[in-house]
Amino acid sequence: MIGSPRYTSAMAKATGTTTTAQQSVEMILARQLASYLFVPVLVFDSTGTIVFYNEPAERILGVRFEETGRIDPDEVDRLVELSNDPGATPEDSEHPIVVALQQRRPAHGRRWLLRRADRVRLQVEATAFPIIDHEERLLGAVAMFWEHHGP
Amino acid sequence: MKVTPYGVRGSLAAPGPSTARYGGNTSCVRVTGADGTVLILDAGTGIRSLALELPRGLSRIDVLLTHLHMDHIIGLGFFGPLYNPEMEVHIWGPASATLSLEARLRRYLAPPLFPVLLRDLPCRLELHHTGRGRFSIGPFRIRTARVCHPGPTVGYRIETDTGSLAYLPDHEPALGARRFPLDPEWTSGFELAHDVDLLLHDAQYTREEYPSHAGWGHSTMHDALAFGRLANVRHLAPFHHDPGRDDTGLEKALDVAMAEIKPDFHVTPAAEGHSFDI
Repeated sequence: MIGSPRYTSAMAKATGTTTTAQQSVEMILARQLASYLFVPVLVFDSTGTIVFYNEPAERILGVRFEETGRIDPDEVDRLVELSNDPGATPEDSEHPIVVALQQRRPAHGRRWLLRRADRVRLQVEATAFPIIDHEERLLGAVAMFWEHHGP
Repeated sequence: MKVTPYGVRGSLAAPGPSTARYGGNTSCVRVTGADGTVLILDAGTGIRSLALELPRGLSRIDVLLTHLHMDHIIGLGFFGPLYNPEMEVHIWGPASATLSLEARLRRYLAPPLFPVLLRDLPCRLELHHTGRGRFSIGPFRIRTARVCHPGPTVGYRIETDTGSLAYLPDHEPALGARRFPLDPEWTSGFELAHDVDLLLHDAQYTREEYPSHAGWGHSTMHDALAFGRLANVRHLAPFHHDPGRDDTGLEKALDVAMAEIKPDFHVTPAAEGHSFDI
């Protein structure tokens, strides 16, 4: 855009900021897609850090990406808690994000409680899938939440 | 190093009087090191005339393909060194998720599209996969990364002790971005282009043309300039000119973008035969 700042190594040194390595194109495209979707989407890197979440996710998390930026795994645990619904069956107990990142496979959980930063609990279904590139590197995962309004 | 375009046109060759100033051949660039090492970036129609100007006695040549769309490989079958048994030809390019570079090239270099089979080429041919990584050829230190363009596509950053070049001929970093550019972390191609002396970058469309071509893998002139600014390049050469744009139209599109973006680095539209010394 017109007037957009240029980024220079000198700028990073002058401001004391550390530069974050450029994301892979697969992760960039995942973020771009997420930004257009109606459902809440979180994009994780391979360490479990949330590197992006979209506006619908801001609504269910109760925080804004512009304010938090990336969220480290420890901070994720403090910010939101995803726990089993007491009524969940054993097959629902797999944590989809953990499965996607640790087992490199997609997972879907039907009965999860998401406790957000303001302590409100939401009943959600969660879907997660890993992002794996052509070299079979695990780059991260995409998690989507579906608010549960039914019985 | 000396960087000489032999083909700057995108998508389809467009020879004729109306494109004579910048040229009508598709993507092909020669990079020559101080020691005479020659790299060829992409194998569009420009590679035929490039081969005619190679120095006598050259025994090895490296062709670096960004991707396998036809406008970037169509000249391969007409590349003289492939038919020279004394010549060592290395072709570097991306594999797909399921096919090797060789299998992908065989789709073109085989009947019914071409009469000579890849395996029957007389030269000493070696194929190398490029995806994400670094390698060296002679004095050139080369870095590759996948970039935003349909299908497996890489960009190249080429450095010597005296200068640096980034080659991103087919690149749509603005795809899906609500505002462009985003910050460097989320901009395709940024690390390849950051701080380079010369960037050859896709600038196929005007802003008016882009909405009906979004997702086709190419940039506007505006976005090429904005990308160059973000990456802090010293010189930008808009590249991959639209085959439907004549020389006057190209200069007009650049003037409009320059007036709005106001880059504080050199901008020279890539033209066949016009070299850059870096």
